Amino acid sequence: MDKVIIARDLSLAYSKDEPIINKVNFVIDSGSFVFITGASGSGKSTLLKSLYGALKPQSGSLVVAGVELNGVSRSKLNFLRQHMGIVFQDYKLIKEWTIEKNIMLPFMIAGYDKVQQQTQLDKLLNHVRLKHQVGKYPQELSGGEQQRVAMARALSHTPVLILADEPTGNLDDYSSQLIWNLLEGANSSDWKATVIVVTHHIPESMSVDYKHYHIEYGSIHEVT
Amino acid sequence: MKSLKNHLSLIVALLSILFSLQTFIVVDRAIASYKQNLANNYSLVVVSKKRLQKDVIVSKNPLINEINEISPDTVLKKLDGDMKRKEREFLKLSLPKFYKLKLSHYPSPDEINSLTKALLRDSSIVKVETFSRTHDTTYKLLLLFKSVISLFAISVAIVTILLISKELKIWQFKHNERMSIMALHGAPIWLRSAVLFRLAIVDALVATFLGFLLFSYIASSAWIAEQFSYIGIDVVVFDTFKDSLMMFSVSMTLSIFLATIIVLVHKEEV
Ligand SMILES: Nc1ncnc2c1ncn2[C@@H]1O[C@H](COP(=O)(O)OP(=O)(O)OP(=O)(O)O)[C@@H](O)[C@H]1O
Ligand SMILES: [Mg+2]
Repeated sequence: MDKVIIARDLSLAYSKDEPIINKVNFVIDSGSFVFITGASGSGKSTLLKSLYGALKPQSGSLVVAGVELNGVSRSKLNFLRQHMGIVFQDYKLIKEWTIEKNIMLPFMIAGYDKVQQQTQLDKLLNHVRLKHQVGKYPQELSGGEQQRVAMARALSHTPVLILADEPTGNLDDYSSQLIWNLLEGANSSDWKATVIVVTHHIPESMSVDYKHYHIEYGSIHEVT
Repeated sequence: MKSLKNHLSLIVALLSILFSLQTFIVVDRAIASYKQNLANNYSLVVVSKKRLQKDVIVSKNPLINEINEISPDTVLKKLDGDMKRKEREFLKLSLPKFYKLKLSHYPSPDEINSLTKALLRDSSIVKVETFSRTHDTTYKLLLLFKSVISLFAISVAIVTILLISKELKIWQFKHNERMSIMALHGAPIWLRSAVLFRLAIVDALVATFLGFLLFSYIASSAWIAEQFSYIGIDVVVFDTFKDSLMMFSVSMTLSIFLATIIVLVHKEEV
Protein backbone atom coordinates (compact mmCIF):
# COMPACT_ATOMS: atom_id res chain seq x y z
CA MET A 1 0.00 0.00 0.00
CA ASP A 2 1.13 3.57 -0.75
CA LYS A 3 2.40 5.63 2.13
CA VAL A 4 0.90 9.10 2.31
CA ILE A 5 2.99 10.16 5.29
CA ILE A 6 6.47 9.00 6.25
CA ALA A 7 8.16 10.48 9.31
CA ARG A 8 11.78 9.57 10.05
CA ASP A 9 13.45 10.79 13.25
CA LEU A 10 11.11 13.75 13.09
CA SER A 11 11.53 16.45 15.75
CA LEU A 12 9.24 19.45 16.07
CA ALA A 13 9.87 22.50 18.23
CA TYR A 14 8.95 26.15 18.57
CA SER A 15 12.20 27.00 20.36
CA LYS A 16 15.54 25.28 20.08
CA ASP A 17 15.90 23.36 23.35
CA GLU A 18 12.26 22.42 23.89
CA PRO A 19 11.21 19.75 21.41
CA ILE A 20 7.46 19.10 21.46
CA ILE A 21 7.83 15.99 19.31
CA ASN A 22 11.14 14.20 19.72
CA LYS A 23 12.63 11.95 17.03
CA VAL A 24 9.48 10.04 16.15
CA ASN A 25 9.03 7.47 13.37
CA PHE A 26 5.70 6.58 11.87
CA VAL A 27 4.08 5.75 8.58
CA ILE A 28 0.49 6.38 7.47
CA ASP A 29 -0.96 4.36 4.63
CA SER A 30 -2.81 6.06 1.86
CA GLY A 31 -6.56 5.74 2.31
CA SER A 32 -6.42 4.98 6.02
CA PHE A 33 -8.40 6.56 8.83
CA VAL A 34 -6.24 7.65 11.78
CA PHE A 35 -7.14 8.99 15.20
CA ILE A 36 -4.58 10.91 17.20
CA THR A 37 -5.13 11.33 20.92
CA GLY A 38 -3.06 12.78 23.72
CA ALA A 39 -3.30 15.08 26.70
CA SER A 40 -3.79 18.78 26.24
CA GLY A 41 -0.46 20.34 25.35
CA SER A 42 1.06 17.04 24.27
CA GLY A 43 1.67 18.27 20.71
CA LYS A 44 -1.28 17.02 18.63
CA SER A 45 -1.92 20.34 16.88
CA THR A 46 1.84 20.81 16.53
CA LEU A 47 2.06 17.53 14.63
CA LEU A 48 -0.80 18.52 12.32
CA LYS A 49 0.86 21.90 11.68
CA SER A 50 3.96 20.11 10.50
CA LEU A 51 1.85 17.95 8.17
CA TYR A 52 0.45 20.99 6.37
CA GLY A 53 3.82 22.68 6.33
CA ALA A 54 3.14 25.51 8.78
CA LEU A 55 5.85 24.24 11.11
CA LYS A 56 9.16 23.19 9.62
CA PRO A 57 10.73 20.03 11.06
CA GLN A 58 13.51 20.92 13.47
CA SER A 59 15.32 17.81 12.36
CA GLY A 60 14.60 14.57 10.59
CA SER A 61 12.50 13.94 7.54
CA LEU A 62 8.78 14.33 6.88
CA VAL A 63 7.40 13.24 3.54
CA VAL A 64 3.76 14.02 2.77
CA ALA A 65 2.25 12.74 -0.50
CA GLY A 66 5.73 12.28 -1.86
CA VAL A 67 6.89 15.81 -0.94
CA GLU A 68 9.74 16.26 1.57
CA LEU A 69 8.57 19.06 3.86
CA ASN A 70 11.98 19.73 5.39
CA GLY A 71 13.09 22.53 3.08
CA VAL A 72 10.09 22.43 0.75
CA SER A 73 9.69 25.21 -1.82
CA ARG A 74 6.85 27.67 -1.61
CA SER A 75 5.20 26.58 -4.83
CA LYS A 76 5.39 22.88 -3.95
CA LEU A 77 3.87 23.59 -0.57
CA ASN A 78 1.05 25.56 -2.18
CA PHE A 79 0.37 22.69 -4.54
CA LEU A 80 0.34 20.19 -1.66
CA ARG A 81 -2.01 22.32 0.42
CA GLN A 82 -4.43 22.62 -2.49
CA HIS A 83 -4.97 18.88 -2.18
CA MET A 84 -5.46 18.90 1.58
CA GLY A 85 -8.58 19.65 3.56
CA ILE A 86 -7.81 21.11 6.96
CA VAL A 87 -10.09 21.70 9.94
CA PHE A 88 -8.17 23.98 12.27
CA GLN A 89 -8.67 23.81 16.03
CA ASP A 90 -9.48 27.54 16.00
CA TYR A 91 -11.44 27.19 12.72
CA LYS A 92 -9.58 30.04 10.96
CA LEU A 93 -12.63 31.33 9.13
CA ILE A 94 -12.32 34.60 7.22
CA LYS A 95 -14.34 37.16 9.19
CA GLU A 96 -15.20 39.47 6.33
CA TRP A 97 -16.53 36.68 4.12
CA THR A 98 -19.94 35.02 4.24
CA ILE A 99 -20.00 31.37 5.25
CA GLU A 100 -20.61 30.33 1.63
CA LYS A 101 -17.53 32.17 0.46
CA ASN A 102 -15.53 30.66 3.33
CA ILE A 103 -16.69 27.17 2.48
CA MET A 104 -15.78 27.57 -1.17
CA LEU A 105 -12.29 29.02 -0.53
CA PRO A 106 -10.33 25.82 -1.36
CA PHE A 107 -12.64 25.26 -4.31
CA MET A 108 -11.85 28.75 -5.58
CA ILE A 109 -8.08 28.33 -5.02
CA ALA A 110 -8.14 25.03 -6.91
CA GLY A 111 -9.66 26.98 -9.79
CA TYR A 112 -12.62 24.67 -10.24
CA ASP A 113 -15.42 25.47 -12.61
CA LYS A 114 -17.79 28.19 -11.37
CA VAL A 115 -20.80 26.24 -12.63
CA GLN A 116 -20.10 23.33 -10.29
CA GLN A 117 -19.66 25.69 -7.39
CA GLN A 118 -23.34 26.15 -6.55
CA THR A 119 -24.11 22.44 -6.70
CA GLN A 120 -21.15 21.63 -4.50
CA LEU A 121 -22.05 24.40 -2.05
CA ASP A 122 -25.66 23.22 -1.74
CA LYS A 123 -24.48 19.68 -1.10
CA LEU A 124 -22.02 20.77 1.60
CA LEU A 125 -24.51 23.09 3.33
CA ASN A 126 -26.93 20.17 3.42
CA HIS A 127 -24.31 17.85 4.85
CA VAL A 128 -23.44 20.14 7.74
CA ARG A 129 -27.06 21.33 8.21
CA LEU A 130 -26.34 25.01 7.65
CA LYS A 131 -28.70 25.85 4.79
CA HIS A 132 -30.66 28.24 7.01
CA GLN A 133 -27.56 30.29 7.81
CA VAL A 134 -26.71 31.26 4.23
CA GLY A 135 -25.55 34.87 3.85
CA LYS A 136 -24.29 35.15 7.42
CA TYR A 137 -20.79 35.97 8.56
CA PRO A 138 -18.79 33.70 10.90
CA GLN A 139 -19.27 35.93 13.96
CA GLU A 140 -23.02 35.64 13.58
CA LEU A 141 -22.81 31.87 14.10
CA SER A 142 -22.46 29.78 17.24
CA GLY A 143 -19.16 28.04 17.97
CA GLY A 144 -20.54 24.70 16.84
CA GLU A 145 -21.93 26.21 13.65
CA GLN A 146 -18.57 27.80 12.87
CA GLN A 147 -16.94 24.43 13.40
CA ARG A 148 -19.32 22.90 10.87
CA VAL A 149 -18.48 25.66 8.39
CA ALA A 150 -14.81 24.76 8.88
CA MET A 151 -15.66 21.12 8.24
CA ALA A 152 -17.56 21.92 5.05
CA ARG A 153 -14.64 24.06 3.84
CA ALA A 154 -12.22 21.17 4.39
CA LEU A 155 -14.31 18.97 2.11
CA SER A 156 -15.27 21.46 -0.63
CA HIS A 157 -12.50 20.55 -3.08
CA THR A 158 -12.63 16.75 -2.43
CA PRO A 159 -9.09 16.64 -1.04
CA VAL A 160 -7.01 13.47 -0.95
CA LEU A 161 -5.76 14.15 2.58
CA ILE A 162 -7.97 15.48 5.35
CA LEU A 163 -6.46 16.81 8.58
CA ALA A 164 -8.98 17.63 11.30
CA ASP A 165 -8.04 19.09 14.68
CA GLU A 166 -10.78 18.25 17.18
CA PRO A 167 -13.56 18.70 14.60
CA THR A 168 -16.26 17.79 17.13
CA GLY A 169 -14.79 19.70 20.06
CA ASN A 170 -17.71 22.11 20.25
CA LEU A 171 -20.55 19.92 19.08
CA ASP A 172 -23.39 17.99 20.69
CA ASP A 173 -23.80 14.28 20.05
CA TYR A 174 -26.08 14.78 17.09
CA SER A 175 -23.79 17.23 15.27
CA SER A 176 -20.73 15.18 16.19
CA GLN A 177 -22.31 12.19 14.52
CA LEU A 178 -22.84 14.29 11.37
CA ILE A 179 -19.13 15.10 11.28
CA TRP A 180 -18.07 11.49 11.83
CA ASN A 181 -20.39 10.39 9.04
CA LEU A 182 -18.89 12.96 6.69
CA LEU A 183 -15.33 11.94 7.48
CA GLU A 184 -16.19 8.26 7.14
CA GLY A 185 -17.86 9.04 3.82
CA ALA A 186 -14.74 10.79 2.57
CA ASN A 187 -12.63 7.85 3.62
CA SER A 188 -14.78 5.09 2.20
CA SER A 189 -16.44 4.48 -1.16
CA ASP A 190 -15.12 6.19 -4.25
CA TRP A 191 -13.43 9.18 -2.62
CA LYS A 192 -10.89 7.25 -0.53
CA ALA A 193 -9.34 10.22 1.17
CA THR A 194 -6.78 9.66 3.91
CA VAL A 195 -8.25 11.08 7.11
CA ILE A 196 -6.24 12.11 10.15
CA VAL A 197 -8.29 13.29 13.10
CA VAL A 198 -7.14 14.70 16.42
CA THR A 199 -9.74 14.03 19.08
CA HIS A 200 -10.25 13.40 22.76
CA HIS A 201 -13.10 10.95 22.19
CA ILE A 202 -12.97 8.24 19.60
CA PRO A 203 -16.59 7.53 18.60
CA GLU A 204 -17.87 4.12 19.59
CA SER A 205 -19.69 3.23 16.40
CA MET A 206 -17.15 3.57 13.62
CA SER A 207 -18.11 1.93 10.37
CA VAL A 208 -14.60 2.04 8.90
CA ASP A 209 -11.36 0.48 10.05
CA TYR A 210 -9.09 2.91 11.79
CA LYS A 211 -5.75 3.23 13.47
CA HIS A 212 -5.18 5.00 16.73
CA TYR A 213 -1.98 6.84 17.66
CA HIS A 214 -1.31 8.34 21.05
CA ILE A 215 1.11 11.18 21.74
CA GLU A 216 2.87 11.26 25.08
CA TYR A 217 6.11 12.84 26.32
CA GLY A 218 7.11 13.84 22.80
CA SER A 219 6.77 10.40 21.27
CA ILE A 220 4.06 8.66 19.28
CA HIS A 221 2.92 5.09 19.62
CA GLU A 222 0.14 3.10 18.11
CA VAL A 223 -2.66 1.92 20.43
CA THR A 224 -3.91 -1.53 19.60
CA MET B 1 -22.85 47.25 4.87
CA LYS B 2 -19.86 45.09 5.65
CA SER B 3 -18.05 45.84 2.42
CA LEU B 4 -18.82 49.56 2.73
CA LYS B 5 -17.05 49.57 6.08
CA ASN B 6 -14.06 47.83 4.51
CA HIS B 7 -13.73 50.61 1.98
CA LEU B 8 -14.56 53.62 4.07
CA SER B 9 -11.35 54.18 6.00
CA LEU B 10 -9.06 54.26 2.98
CA ILE B 11 -11.51 56.38 1.00
CA VAL B 12 -11.72 58.92 3.81
CA ALA B 13 -7.92 59.02 4.11
CA LEU B 14 -7.44 59.43 0.37
CA LEU B 15 -10.14 62.08 0.20
CA SER B 16 -8.51 64.12 2.98
CA ILE B 17 -5.21 63.91 1.14
CA LEU B 18 -6.82 65.00 -2.14
CA PHE B 19 -8.63 67.82 -0.36
CA SER B 20 -5.49 69.26 1.21
CA LEU B 21 -3.53 68.79 -2.00
CA GLN B 22 -6.14 70.58 -4.11
CA THR B 23 -6.43 73.36 -1.54
CA PHE B 24 -2.68 73.74 -1.72
CA ILE B 25 -2.88 73.96 -5.50
CA VAL B 26 -5.59 76.64 -5.30
CA VAL B 27 -3.58 78.73 -2.84
CA ASP B 28 -0.52 78.33 -5.03
CA ARG B 29 -2.50 79.49 -8.04
CA ALA B 30 -3.91 82.44 -6.09
CA ILE B 31 -0.42 83.57 -5.15
CA ALA B 32 0.82 83.17 -8.71
CA SER B 33 -2.12 85.20 -9.94
CA TYR B 34 -1.51 87.85 -7.29
CA LYS B 35 2.13 88.00 -8.35
CA GLN B 36 1.12 88.47 -11.96
CA ASN B 37 -1.20 91.24 -10.84
CA LEU B 38 1.67 92.95 -9.09
CA ALA B 39 3.86 92.63 -12.17
CA ASN B 40 1.12 94.13 -14.32
CA ASN B 41 0.67 97.08 -12.01
CA TYR B 42 4.34 97.74 -11.43
CA SER B 43 6.52 99.72 -13.78
CA LEU B 44 9.80 101.61 -13.76
CA VAL B 45 10.22 105.06 -15.16
CA VAL B 46 13.32 105.78 -17.20
CA VAL B 47 14.45 109.29 -18.02
CA SER B 48 16.63 109.76 -21.07
CA LYS B 49 18.26 112.66 -22.85
CA LYS B 50 17.57 111.22 -26.24
CA ARG B 51 14.87 109.19 -27.84
CA LEU B 52 15.55 105.49 -27.02
CA GLN B 53 15.43 102.57 -29.40
CA LYS B 54 12.84 100.30 -27.95
CA ASP B 55 14.28 96.96 -29.07
CA VAL B 56 17.74 97.90 -27.78
CA ILE B 57 16.32 98.59 -24.35
CA VAL B 58 14.21 95.44 -24.29
CA SER B 59 17.26 93.33 -25.19
CA LYS B 60 19.24 94.75 -22.25
CA ASN B 61 17.52 92.50 -19.73
CA PRO B 62 15.13 89.56 -20.12
CA LEU B 63 13.01 90.97 -17.32
CA ILE B 64 11.84 93.83 -19.52
CA ASN B 65 8.60 93.03 -21.26
CA GLU B 66 7.79 96.29 -22.98
CA ILE B 67 8.77 99.91 -23.03
CA ASN B 68 6.42 102.80 -23.74
CA GLU B 69 7.08 106.45 -24.06
CA ILE B 70 5.21 108.69 -21.70
CA SER B 71 3.81 111.57 -23.64
CA PRO B 72 5.20 114.91 -22.37
CA ASP B 73 1.86 116.58 -23.08
CA THR B 74 0.43 115.48 -19.80
CA VAL B 75 3.38 117.04 -18.00
CA LEU B 76 3.24 120.20 -20.02
CA LYS B 77 -0.47 120.66 -19.58
CA LYS B 78 0.14 121.05 -15.94
CA LEU B 79 2.46 123.96 -16.63
CA ASP B 80 1.18 127.41 -17.30
CA GLY B 81 -1.74 127.30 -19.67
CA ASP B 82 -1.06 130.64 -21.40
CA MET B 83 2.35 129.63 -22.64
CA LYS B 84 2.61 130.29 -26.32
CA ARG B 85 2.25 127.40 -28.64
CA LYS B 86 5.72 127.98 -30.07
CA GLU B 87 7.35 128.14 -26.68
CA ARG B 88 5.59 124.93 -25.75
CA GLU B 89 6.92 123.17 -28.87
CA PHE B 90 10.41 124.33 -28.02
CA LEU B 91 10.12 123.20 -24.44
CA LYS B 92 8.82 119.89 -25.62
CA LEU B 93 11.94 119.32 -27.68
CA SER B 94 14.34 120.29 -24.93
CA LEU B 95 12.59 118.16 -22.30
CA PRO B 96 14.10 114.76 -21.56
CA LYS B 97 12.21 111.69 -22.74
CA PHE B 98 10.18 109.68 -20.23
CA TYR B 99 9.62 105.94 -20.63
CA LYS B 100 7.60 103.45 -18.74
CA LEU B 101 9.09 99.93 -18.44
CA LYS B 102 6.79 96.93 -17.95
CA LEU B 103 8.37 93.81 -16.50
CA SER B 104 7.61 90.15 -17.13
CA HIS B 105 7.29 89.33 -13.45
CA TYR B 106 7.42 91.04 -10.14
CA PRO B 107 11.15 91.55 -9.50
CA SER B 108 13.22 90.99 -6.38
CA PRO B 109 15.27 93.95 -5.05
CA ASP B 110 18.41 92.35 -6.54
CA GLU B 111 16.81 92.06 -9.92
CA ILE B 112 15.84 95.71 -9.75
CA ASN B 113 19.40 96.69 -8.87
CA SER B 114 20.98 94.83 -11.74
CA LEU B 115 18.31 96.10 -14.08
CA THR B 116 18.95 99.70 -13.01
CA LYS B 117 22.70 99.24 -13.49
CA ALA B 118 22.21 97.76 -16.95
CA LEU B 119 20.00 100.65 -17.96
CA LEU B 120 22.33 103.33 -16.60
CA ARG B 121 25.20 101.91 -18.63
CA ASP B 122 23.43 103.47 -21.56
CA SER B 123 24.95 106.96 -21.67
CA SER B 124 21.73 108.64 -22.75
CA ILE B 125 19.76 107.36 -19.73
CA VAL B 126 20.03 109.80 -16.86
CA LYS B 127 17.70 108.39 -14.28
CA VAL B 128 15.81 105.23 -13.42
CA GLU B 129 12.98 105.52 -10.94
CA THR B 130 12.12 102.22 -9.27
CA PHE B 131 9.70 103.39 -6.53
CA SER B 132 11.80 101.23 -4.26
CA ARG B 133 10.06 101.97 -0.97
CA THR B 134 6.63 100.66 -1.96
CA HIS B 135 8.25 97.91 -3.94
CA ASP B 136 10.20 96.62 -0.94
CA THR B 137 7.21 96.29 1.36
CA THR B 138 5.16 94.56 -1.31
CA TYR B 139 8.01 92.24 -2.07
CA LYS B 140 8.36 91.30 1.58
CA LEU B 141 4.67 90.51 1.68
CA LEU B 142 5.11 88.28 -1.33
CA LEU B 143 8.01 86.47 0.37
CA LEU B 144 5.77 85.92 3.38
CA PHE B 145 3.13 84.37 1.12
CA LYS B 146 5.75 82.12 -0.35
CA SER B 147 6.91 80.80 3.01
CA VAL B 148 3.29 80.30 4.03
CA ILE B 149 2.70 78.16 0.98
CA SER B 150 5.87 76.13 1.63
CA LEU B 151 4.65 75.49 5.15
CA PHE B 152 1.34 74.48 3.68
CA ALA B 153 3.06 72.07 1.30
CA ILE B 154 5.00 70.53 4.19
CA SER B 155 1.86 70.08 6.24
CA VAL B 156 0.08 68.45 3.28
CA ALA B 157 3.02 66.04 3.00
CA ILE B 158 2.90 65.29 6.73
CA VAL B 159 -0.85 64.71 6.65
CA THR B 160 -0.36 62.35 3.71
CA ILE B 161 2.37 60.36 5.42
CA LEU B 162 0.44 60.14 8.69
CA LEU B 163 -2.81 59.08 7.08
CA ILE B 164 -1.17 56.52 4.84
CA SER B 165 0.92 54.96 7.60
CA LYS B 166 -2.15 54.79 9.82
CA GLU B 167 -4.00 53.12 6.95
CA LEU B 168 -1.06 50.75 6.58
CA LYS B 169 -1.49 49.58 10.18
CA ILE B 170 -5.25 49.20 9.79
CA TRP B 171 -4.85 47.30 6.55
CA GLN B 172 -2.18 45.05 7.96
CA PHE B 173 -4.43 44.21 10.85
CA LYS B 174 -7.40 43.71 8.58
CA HIS B 175 -5.83 41.77 5.73
CA ASN B 176 -3.02 39.74 7.28
CA GLU B 177 -5.36 37.20 8.81
CA ARG B 178 -7.20 36.59 5.56
CA MET B 179 -3.97 36.35 3.60
CA SER B 180 -2.59 33.84 6.13
CA ILE B 181 -5.70 31.70 5.93
CA MET B 182 -5.58 31.77 2.14
CA ALA B 183 -1.91 30.78 2.27
CA LEU B 184 -2.76 27.83 4.52
CA HIS B 185 -5.06 26.63 1.77
CA GLY B 186 -2.30 26.89 -0.81
CA ALA B 187 -3.31 30.15 -2.50
CA PRO B 188 -0.41 31.56 -4.54
CA ILE B 189 0.69 35.10 -3.71
CA TRP B 190 -1.14 36.78 -6.59
CA LEU B 191 -4.41 35.25 -5.46
CA ARG B 192 -3.79 36.19 -1.83
CA SER B 193 -3.16 39.81 -2.78
CA ALA B 194 -5.82 40.07 -5.50
CA VAL B 195 -8.47 41.11 -2.99
CA LEU B 196 -6.14 43.75 -1.61
CA PHE B 197 -5.35 45.29 -4.98
CA ARG B 198 -8.96 45.23 -6.05
CA LEU B 199 -9.87 47.05 -2.86
CA ALA B 200 -7.05 49.55 -3.40
CA ILE B 201 -8.08 50.29 -6.98
CA VAL B 202 -11.78 50.62 -6.18
CA ASP B 203 -11.03 52.91 -3.23
CA ALA B 204 -8.75 55.10 -5.33
CA LEU B 205 -11.45 55.43 -7.98
CA VAL B 206 -14.14 56.26 -5.45
CA ALA B 207 -11.92 58.81 -3.70
CA THR B 208 -11.09 60.45 -7.04
CA PHE B 209 -14.75 60.62 -7.94
CA LEU B 210 -15.73 62.11 -4.58
CA GLY B 211 -12.86 64.62 -4.83
CA PHE B 212 -14.10 65.52 -8.29
CA LEU B 213 -17.65 66.10 -7.03
CA LEU B 214 -16.46 68.07 -4.02
CA PHE B 215 -14.24 70.44 -5.97
CA SER B 216 -16.67 70.82 -8.85
CA TYR B 217 -19.14 71.98 -6.24
CA ILE B 218 -16.66 74.31 -4.54
CA ALA B 219 -15.50 75.73 -7.87
CA SER B 220 -19.06 76.53 -8.85
CA SER B 221 -19.80 78.33 -5.59
CA ALA B 222 -20.48 82.04 -6.02
CA TRP B 223 -19.05 82.81 -2.60
CA ILE B 224 -15.57 81.56 -3.51
CA ALA B 225 -15.53 83.53 -6.76
CA GLU B 226 -16.57 86.61 -4.81
CA GLN B 227 -13.72 86.23 -2.34
CA PHE B 228 -11.14 86.06 -5.12
CA SER B 229 -12.61 88.99 -6.99
CA TYR B 230 -12.36 91.09 -3.80
CA ILE B 231 -8.59 90.62 -3.92
CA GLY B 232 -8.74 91.31 -7.63
CA ILE B 233 -7.37 87.99 -8.77
CA ASP B 234 -8.66 85.35 -11.07
CA VAL B 235 -8.09 81.76 -9.91
CA VAL B 236 -9.05 78.40 -11.42
CA VAL B 237 -10.31 76.52 -8.34
CA PHE B 238 -10.75 73.23 -10.17
CA ASP B 239 -9.43 72.41 -13.61
CA THR B 240 -11.81 69.63 -14.66
CA PHE B 241 -9.27 67.77 -16.73
CA LYS B 242 -5.86 68.56 -15.23
CA ASP B 243 -6.89 68.45 -11.59
CA SER B 244 -9.02 65.32 -11.99
CA LEU B 245 -6.06 63.62 -13.58
CA MET B 246 -3.85 64.75 -10.70
CA MET B 247 -6.36 63.39 -8.14
CA PHE B 248 -6.62 60.12 -10.01
CA SER B 249 -2.88 59.57 -10.21
CA VAL B 250 -2.23 60.61 -6.62
CA SER B 251 -4.89 58.38 -5.10
CA MET B 252 -4.07 55.45 -7.38
CA THR B 253 -0.35 55.68 -6.64
CA LEU B 254 -0.88 55.93 -2.90
CA SER B 255 -3.31 53.03 -2.62
CA ILE B 256 -1.33 50.72 -4.90
CA PHE B 257 1.77 51.60 -2.91
CA LEU B 258 -0.10 50.75 0.28
CA ALA B 259 -1.27 47.38 -1.05
CA THR B 260 2.20 46.52 -2.32
CA ILE B 261 3.77 47.25 1.07
CA ILE B 262 1.18 45.07 2.82
CA VAL B 263 1.84 42.17 0.46
CA LEU B 264 5.62 42.54 0.77
CA VAL B 265 5.77 42.68 4.56
CA HIS B 266 3.13 40.01 5.09
CA LYS B 267 4.31 37.24 7.40
CA GLU B 268 2.44 34.02 7.80
CA GLU B 269 1.55 33.17 11.34
CA VAL B 270 1.81 29.62 12.61
N1 LIG C 1 2.87 28.99 18.32
C1 LIG C 1 3.47 28.44 19.40
N2 LIG C 1 4.61 28.97 19.88
C2 LIG C 1 5.24 28.43 20.94
N3 LIG C 1 4.79 27.35 21.59
C3 LIG C 1 3.67 26.75 21.17
C4 LIG C 1 2.95 27.27 20.04
N4 LIG C 1 1.87 26.49 19.84
C5 LIG C 1 1.91 25.53 20.79
N5 LIG C 1 2.98 25.68 21.59
C6 LIG C 1 3.37 24.81 22.68
O1 LIG C 1 3.51 23.49 22.19
C7 LIG C 1 2.96 22.55 23.08
C8 LIG C 1 2.01 21.65 22.33
O2 LIG C 1 0.94 22.42 21.87
P1 LIG C 1 -0.22 21.86 20.96
O3 LIG C 1 -1.06 22.98 20.53
O4 LIG C 1 0.39 21.04 19.89
O5 LIG C 1 -0.98 20.94 21.99
P2 LIG C 1 -2.25 20.02 21.75
O6 LIG C 1 -1.84 18.63 21.98
O7 LIG C 1 -2.88 20.34 20.46
O8 LIG C 1 -3.19 20.50 22.94
P3 LIG C 1 -4.78 20.70 22.99
O9 LIG C 1 -5.41 19.38 23.19
O10 LIG C 1 -4.98 21.57 24.18
O11 LIG C 1 -5.17 21.37 21.72
C9 LIG C 1 2.30 23.34 24.19
O12 LIG C 1 3.10 23.25 25.34
C10 LIG C 1 2.26 24.75 23.71
O13 LIG C 1 2.53 25.63 24.76
MG1 LIG D 1 -4.51 21.30 19.81
